[in-house]
Amino acid sequence: MPPELCVRVDGVEIQVPAECSVAAALRSAGFSSTRHSLDGTPRAACCGMGVCFECRVRIDGVERLGCLVRVREGMEISRDA
Amino acid sequence: MRELRTEILVVGAGPAGIAAAVSAERAGARALLVDMQAEPGGQIWRGQWNKATDPAARQWLGALRASPVETRYGLRLIDLPAPGLAVFDGDSGPLRVRCERLVIAGGARERLLPFPGWTLPGVFGAGGLQVLAKNGWPVAGQRIVIAGSGPLLLAAAATLRGLGAKIVRIAEQTGWRDLAGFGAGLLRHPRKLAQAAGLARRLAGVRYRGNTWVAHADGDDRVRSVTLASGSHREQIHCDALAVGFGLLPNTDIARALGCELRDGAVWVDGHQHTSVAGVYCAGEGTGIGGVDQALAQGEIAGCAAAGRAELAGAALARRRQSDRFAANLRRHFVLRDELRRLAEPDTVLCRCENVRYGAAATCTGTREARLQLRLGMGHCQGRICGAATEFLFGWNAATPRPPLAPASLACFTATSSSENPPQDPT
Repeated sequence: MPPELCVRVDGVEIQVPAECSVAAALRSAGFSSTRHSLDGTPRAACCGMGVCFECRVRIDGVERLGCLVRVREGMEISRDA
Repeated sequence: MRELRTEILVVGAGPAGIAAAVSAERAGARALLVDMQAEPGGQIWRGQWNKATDPAARQWLGALRASPVETRYGLRLIDLPAPGLAVFDGDSGPLRVRCERLVIAGGARERLLPFPGWTLPGVFGAGGLQVLAKNGWPVAGQRIVIAGSGPLLLAAAATLRGLGAKIVRIAEQTGWRDLAGFGAGLLRHPRKLAQAAGLARRLAGVRYRGNTWVAHADGDDRVRSVTLASGSHREQIHCDALAVGFGLLPNTDIARALGCELRDGAVWVDGHQHTSVAGVYCAGEGTGIGGVDQALAQGEIAGCAAAGRAELAGAALARRRQSDRFAANLRRHFVLRDELRRLAEPDTVLCRCENVRYGAAATCTGTREARLQLRLGMGHCQGRICGAATEFLFGWNAATPRPPLAPASLACFTATSSSENPPQDPT
């Protein structure tokens, strides 16, 4: 098994792969979306390189791009950005 | 507010920026290299910082490690409030940098075009899914369709297949005649030809179709299928992910914010990679799409020139000429077809951030009206995605970037507004 670490997503503790971006960690944990658009439809990572801002999440209270940030032990991630 | 001083500030730590910073130090100048990602390598060398399986990445990332170049990662350029002053924001809070000369190495982004279903989770850029997968996005066992245009489709397919994905189709909108022409042009570039042969080997058995483009994607909470078009023929393919990229576009926002002249959508530079603005250089994809060899050659030239030692870049000049020919071959043969202008339907979202639909935007006369009336291009991405789309769809000029160039913290705004009279830091 590849190494894992523990983060909280929307308040729930989950195990995710250690060597990946936050966006990849969320997908690995089964989340298919990172936010909702203005009309409520789900959105997820698209451009992969910090351009489209679709993968934005709140990490430890600060809005960040999931594709550019590496996942770290104990991160608080919320999908309400 | 933290502040750094340097002789040469290099923005962007992909191949061009790394080559520029390392070359500037070798030429006797002090350089500071800043990037928004967590580590150097840009998009093409993502994940190579630890693995370094690519020979060029190993060489240049090694050179960067060994060089005295100062580096800062996880910082995004927010503003250039005065000549020689740059404000960044990121993980560790805002950072102000004072420099004598600036090298812009901002790379490229993918051209994404709207089609019904393109906002579904599971629909990505082609290079987009490739870089996501390089950073651990799970693709093993997934059925993936790749569509769009350009050699990046093949590179993305090879990466994804190498990670265990099942590539069920590659749909290239360019016709066979142009693909053959592009292939023939590669004969003049032995390195590129070897890369192409390598890709062909890694993609053996994958169905590659020319003259074929994406018509629409369908799904529920995520993509479930894509319908491809070729002439009047339609084919629906079930998939877990759809990666669609219509070529690369030079990132010009920093250069435009500084008032640098553009030509054909790319930053104009002279033989020393110097832009039309004094003390500002540009290297890599920002000057026109040409790939990693062009980026490295231009980076070396820009670094030496910015250090005042342009004559040290001798060998890179010939490599730059070679990669210019490759870039021209790329432009000539991957021209987007008209059908792609008619994919979006009136209710298809065009501006993903502000949810502006194609039908509403089409009633406007230009970028300014669409911004004022509809907020098109005024959300988080600041028109980086829809600006390229409206340029292709309607022929609109993109809006001139204004600070903040990206969403930033309030602390960063304080830093920017007080830039002319920096307050004394009490610590």
